[in-house]
Amino acid sequence: MSKNEGKRLDTQAMPAKRFNKQLLIPLAALAALALFNLIVDPSFFKISIGENSAGDPVLSGYLITILDYGSELAILAIGMTLVTAASGGQDISVGAGIAIAGSVILRVVCGSEGSTEMQAPLIVAFLIACVVSMLFGAFNGTLVAYFKIQPMVATLILFTAGRSIAAWINNNELPTVADPSFAYFGGFFPGVPIPSPFFIAVACMIIIALVLKFTNLGLYTQAVGINGSSSRLNGINPEFIKFLSFVILGLCVAVAGFIKVSRLSTINYSVIAKDIEMDAILAVALGGNALSGGKFNMTASILGAYVIQFLTTTLYKMDVQSSALSAYKAIVVIALVVLSTPVVRSYISKFIKMIKPKKQEEVV
Amino acid sequence: MKEKSVLELKNIHKTFPGVRALQAVDFTLREGEIHALMGENGAGKSTLIKVITGVYDKEEGEIFLKGHEGAVHIHAPQDAQNLGISTVYQEITLCPNLSVAENMYIGRTKGHIQNWRKMNAGAERILRTLDIPAKATQQLGTCSLAVQQMVAIARAVDMDCKVLILDEPTSSLDDQEVQKLFGLMRDLRAKGVGIIFVTHFLDQVYEVCDKITVLRDGKLVGEYEIKDLPRVQLVSKMLGKELDDLSDIKGDAVPYEAGADAEPVLEAEQLQSDAGIKPFDFHINKGEVNGFTGLLGSGRSECVRAIFGADRIINGTVKMKGEQVKISKPLDAMKKGVAYLPEDRKLDGIIGDLSVRENIILAAQVLKGFCKPFTKAQTYQFADEYIKLLDIKTASADTPIKSLSGGNQQKVILGRWLLTHPEYLILDEPTRGIDVGTKVDIQKLVMKLASEGMSITFISSETDEMLRTCSRLVVMRDRKVVGELTGDQLTQSGIMETIAGGDM
Repeated sequence: MSKNEGKRLDTQAMPAKRFNKQLLIPLAALAALALFNLIVDPSFFKISIGENSAGDPVLSGYLITILDYGSELAILAIGMTLVTAASGGQDISVGAGIAIAGSVILRVVCGSEGSTEMQAPLIVAFLIACVVSMLFGAFNGTLVAYFKIQPMVATLILFTAGRSIAAWINNNELPTVADPSFAYFGGFFPGVPIPSPFFIAVACMIIIALVLKFTNLGLYTQAVGINGSSSRLNGINPEFIKFLSFVILGLCVAVAGFIKVSRLSTINYSVIAKDIEMDAILAVALGGNALSGGKFNMTASILGAYVIQFLTTTLYKMDVQSSALSAYKAIVVIALVVLSTPVVRSYISKFIKMIKPKKQEEVV
Repeated sequence: MKEKSVLELKNIHKTFPGVRALQAVDFTLREGEIHALMGENGAGKSTLIKVITGVYDKEEGEIFLKGHEGAVHIHAPQDAQNLGISTVYQEITLCPNLSVAENMYIGRTKGHIQNWRKMNAGAERILRTLDIPAKATQQLGTCSLAVQQMVAIARAVDMDCKVLILDEPTSSLDDQEVQKLFGLMRDLRAKGVGIIFVTHFLDQVYEVCDKITVLRDGKLVGEYEIKDLPRVQLVSKMLGKELDDLSDIKGDAVPYEAGADAEPVLEAEQLQSDAGIKPFDFHINKGEVNGFTGLLGSGRSECVRAIFGADRIINGTVKMKGEQVKISKPLDAMKKGVAYLPEDRKLDGIIGDLSVRENIILAAQVLKGFCKPFTKAQTYQFADEYIKLLDIKTASADTPIKSLSGGNQQKVILGRWLLTHPEYLILDEPTRGIDVGTKVDIQKLVMKLASEGMSITFISSETDEMLRTCSRLVVMRDRKVVGELTGDQLTQSGIMETIAGGDM
């Protein structure tokens, strides 16, 4: 009896243990960035109530900016984590994919004449964009899963062609939507002081959490990523799981694209979501997930996305020119990534072991 | 350091989280000696070897080597290599995408410039002296498993070593190849090389070794002259208890009595897959244990893979209980109650980074369905049940399976399939690379399951093991079924004659 009790206690202790291990890196990075800002300028954390262009009272401040602009990245990180885990590679066409999704939405909303009035309900436009994005995801997934092309090479095709396809969808015009309700999803709903993209991101997180809890997507994806041949002999279809991960990422791309065009009410094919694929991959890496696939931690990836946005916002605040931004970002990222490698981590844990032999278990 | 010893280990300690892998182990290897290192899975053999070769850092203890004053420090495999300690591991650790010659010379070229022609010629010469059927320029992955193993040995031998460690080198070799390897080992012994030989085949130990060191639970049991230690005693020293007579396994179990009119559980006609086997017929009854036998590469595994749908089926029909079924992928077979434990545990069996628990529930979970995951509590319950039932040695249910010893990994995979409650269980080399105690456990389990009505196909490279468990043997030669043995025909010589065939 007492033995059984002990076991049950063990099982309850497990999630806490895992929490410590993988979330430590992004949480530490977040804490470091917060501390840095606290020292340099505590006003970073000030949240005030301002007015937006529509005259509604809304929250503003750097923290709000992070939550707002980190949304697309967090949504993409969800799909990118699954793709990375299943295929052991990354999709570099998500930026181009956002351009396509955004272009599709504008095309449906504005119609063929480029009218500024809404020609179709927004929900229809969004659903069509979802279908199109998932089809492009399926294209990538087919190349990777069934033709066994390396993910980066396979997605290089859309990376190169995507923005041209996006421009072609709207005959290379830049339609603008005048209807204010179109901008609600990238800005604020009337009367709601918190930016809408944050709600959309939270909705995505809840959906993926439910999917991971109530299906075996997580187990299958990890099994396929670790040992495809073995997974097949256990009745899993590894090709389909890889394919599926790309389709899911396609859906994430559509949502992110929707937020992006809604922010601007228009589109710029060559600039929209530029380099976002690299940030999404970085978010996965910062979450301590192996880029070679296998085990993953979704929460860590999402946290990683917000860490990157935190960093970007911090740099903007310090008046770093946008052209120099990437260089500064690279420095910080290198530091973070090197710190999170197993080599350095084992040194750190050894070091901590030396100082506090008793607390060893909590750290490791 | 004693006279004539080439390698001496003193008081070696090594701990892993939750396991004390080695405690105060001493070991001495003398010049011109073949020294068997014996013990069950998890006894610490592999750990000790990895300490000697610098893969693991020891926590305590000293290593002495002939020609070196004082203790030597080995912190990396490169150190061991430079000191003249070469190793051939159980699992092939070469690069399959490089050529044979590149594999033999990798990591030991002096400068940065590689003379390819010289390297290939050198490799070709060694291959010829050792009579290894491979070309120097051939890609290693295209060679058979046995040839790959021999290339690994050739690489070690050529490194001009003083100490050669062979960690289960024979587990994928057939008799002829084993003899060739033994010839090689005896030559090296004559040249004064000290050889540490780790194996689970007792016959081989008594055939080629001079001394035996036995480990149990990470502790030294003792060092013995081969002539002073009869087999039964060796086994009881490894297990730490008296072993019940192996030959009684079959007698213990009550055979399952099937009704006279019962239809075979599975019946295959002219089945053929794209793996290159000739069409074959096969059937198995309820509660029957049968097996495929034949030389390595004769198509044993390909036959069972075809039955399970692991290879693409190109011809033939399969009936289960008289009803025709279509098995085109493993999941089809699983749904019909067929389970398959694959030959290559590392490549096809385990999901290395996942926990023991996730590995155990995987097949059952896939059968249950994508949208119906087990609750966490259920998975722990299943895992604990099979860890207990099969006596799996693991720190916890959440330990990654890759950190378990080979035999325990195999038990986890066995547990995975037992959890699906199959009607027909295919075991392809379930005892390869596993210690005597676990082998007996698995054989007993097979007989017990069969007596409860499960049909089992059992494949093993060790014929005596199959003779002990199977009531019918399908004999294969050159990817073709050449005979079927039952009853009185089930003898070593009967099998040999059928394998050799009439055309001799």
